[in-house]
Amino acid sequence: MNGVLSLTGRRFGEARHLGLVIALVLLAVVGLVTVPENFATASNLVSILSLAATIGVITVGMTFVIIGGGIDLSVGAIMALASVWATTLATQAFGPFIMAVCAILVGTGAGLVNGLLIAYGRMVPFIATLAMLVAARGLAQRMSDRKTQLIQQGNEAIVALSTTRVLGIPLLVYIFALVVAVGWIVLNRTTFGRRTYAVGGNPEAARLAGIDVRRHTMLLYALSGFCCGVAAILIMARTTTGSSTHGDLYELDAIAAVIIGGTLLTGGRGTIIGSILGLLIFTLITNLFILNGLNTSDQLVAKGLIIVVAVLLQRRNLKERAT
Amino acid sequence: MSENVARRGFLAGGVGGAVLLATAACTSNQPAAEPSAQGSAPAPAPAASGNDQPGEKVVIGFSAPAADHGWIAAIAKNAEAAAKQYSDVEFKPVEPTNDINAQISAVESLIAAKVNALVILPNDGQQLNQIALQATAAGIPVVNLDRVFPDKLAYRTWIGGDNYGMGVAAGHYVGKKLKDKGVANPVIVEIQGIATLPLTQDRSKGFADALKTYGFSVTAKQDAQFTVETGNKVAANLLQAHKKIDAMWNHDDDQGVGVLAAINEAGRKEFFMVGGAGSANAMREIQSGGSVLEATVTYSPTMASSAIKLARLIAQGKGMSDLVENQVPQSITLASETITKENVQTYLPLGFES
Repeated sequence: MNGVLSLTGRRFGEARHLGLVIALVLLAVVGLVTVPENFATASNLVSILSLAATIGVITVGMTFVIIGGGIDLSVGAIMALASVWATTLATQAFGPFIMAVCAILVGTGAGLVNGLLIAYGRMVPFIATLAMLVAARGLAQRMSDRKTQLIQQGNEAIVALSTTRVLGIPLLVYIFALVVAVGWIVLNRTTFGRRTYAVGGNPEAARLAGIDVRRHTMLLYALSGFCCGVAAILIMARTTTGSSTHGDLYELDAIAAVIIGGTLLTGGRGTIIGSILGLLIFTLITNLFILNGLNTSDQLVAKGLIIVVAVLLQRRNLKERAT
Repeated sequence: MSENVARRGFLAGGVGGAVLLATAACTSNQPAAEPSAQGSAPAPAPAASGNDQPGEKVVIGFSAPAADHGWIAAIAKNAEAAAKQYSDVEFKPVEPTNDINAQISAVESLIAAKVNALVILPNDGQQLNQIALQATAAGIPVVNLDRVFPDKLAYRTWIGGDNYGMGVAAGHYVGKKLKDKGVANPVIVEIQGIATLPLTQDRSKGFADALKTYGFSVTAKQDAQFTVETGNKVAANLLQAHKKIDAMWNHDDDQGVGVLAAINEAGRKEFFMVGGAGSANAMREIQSGGSVLEATVTYSPTMASSAIKLARLIAQGKGMSDLVENQVPQSITLASETITKENVQTYLPLGFES
């Protein structure tokens, strides 16, 4: 019985990914037809992956939170705060390694605060992380005095994550890949991952099964914060700055990618691969629009349409599965 | 069990707090040793005549949008620095805000306080026109800074930059340089700010018009959103779209930091780039000479210093000493100046930290 269930579940997941892969292939065909000389070049593909890396890392954390039945609206703001905190002159005096550690600590710390408020303060995730969004962005502005903080001389090791290439691919893409791989293993091959599905699917049942639901919920938000900290390092590498304007509306991009990827907003079901495919679709759209010299406003319309179509398809699939 | 949970929660809270405390030591932005240009506003030049001598005491109210951008931050800083120069000026800034409604009530509070002159950089000229009219009706002269009120009755004097002229200056630099090089059909790329803003459209029009006089046109343009991150993203994609570029104009030096990072990452060197606004960082880049950024065209936040000076003169009933008239002019449009390696030295003190 159990085996049958998990088998259909897996097949269901694969079918979903198939849809996303088809969408990606279609977009790639559009690219090949409209801008043949620029699209399929190695440097363009690398460029797409580098662009996807920052939000990609955040999306991994977001996938965990949403599968666990929550939502994290504060990811962009936390990333901005971490990037600012890590690039103050005081932090920079300690060198690139401490800057990276600082970004991760700030991200994880802010995520932990989210988690405590939600799990033990019994706040609704939407509200708690909304409060964090506003407060973290405000703190970032205060700390930076609303200025763009450049990475100083001597700390170029951070920037090197973006400029150093191994086998033609920037280091930050490897970091992205590593985060995805570790995320996948944790979600699919560990107790933590199984508990995440359980907590998101039915918290009451999870509690009765002996899972410490509150503690687990708290850890999920801390994990999301940790991912924001890693993303902060990547955005510092790419832009050579920390700024309170970084990551504006990233929460929406990340949530959209997760939704397109087939994760249910109600929790309990979803995959990291799906989220990453969803994100790649978005990044590819941006890339195609700019390669074709089209207006950015139309991009937003296209992205909106894709979200609607994805969710409608998702609902149809669910119905089919139910019958 | 529940007790255990509570204790764990407490522990986790303690850990979280400790993490924040440990990193709290890193929030300072004071440079370790040498004093940097950061934080200091350019000192305005003294007036040629006796206009700088202390006169009648005046209170100048100041309202501007919240600084979410280096340029706006410099506006507030420059205004304050200019006011500090005068013993006869009492500077009364209100809390900066990006909310139209809040700015209206801030200006209302300045009117109620019966200041002698108002300097206003509105979030949106159209939407703050009404309140500026009220100030004028209350007998308070309004100096309109940069974003213009549509109704001329609403203000005494307007001072601001020349967006169209900025595009023209950039267009001439790019056009002349390409012409001198003898490039036929050059690939010219333009990275705009926010495309829907009139100021962006003016800049693009000026750029296109100036290029036309050389027989050139813009090959591709894309809008970033005035932030480092969007500048980086748009530039990275544009560099993919155009394998060989001859010249690039980026409207804004703040987002230019991200644009330059993308160019460096892609290892592209075959073109030259012109910036916009005149940030200190862009100037240092121009000065060092190693970068594709060769020039920037100004849209200088020093206009805020001048606006305070004008407000003071108007409130004291004085004219501008170099002009014949007894009163301050109704409108002053600053010229957009082109900063290159040759003259960057003179401009560096006026640059703003992005």
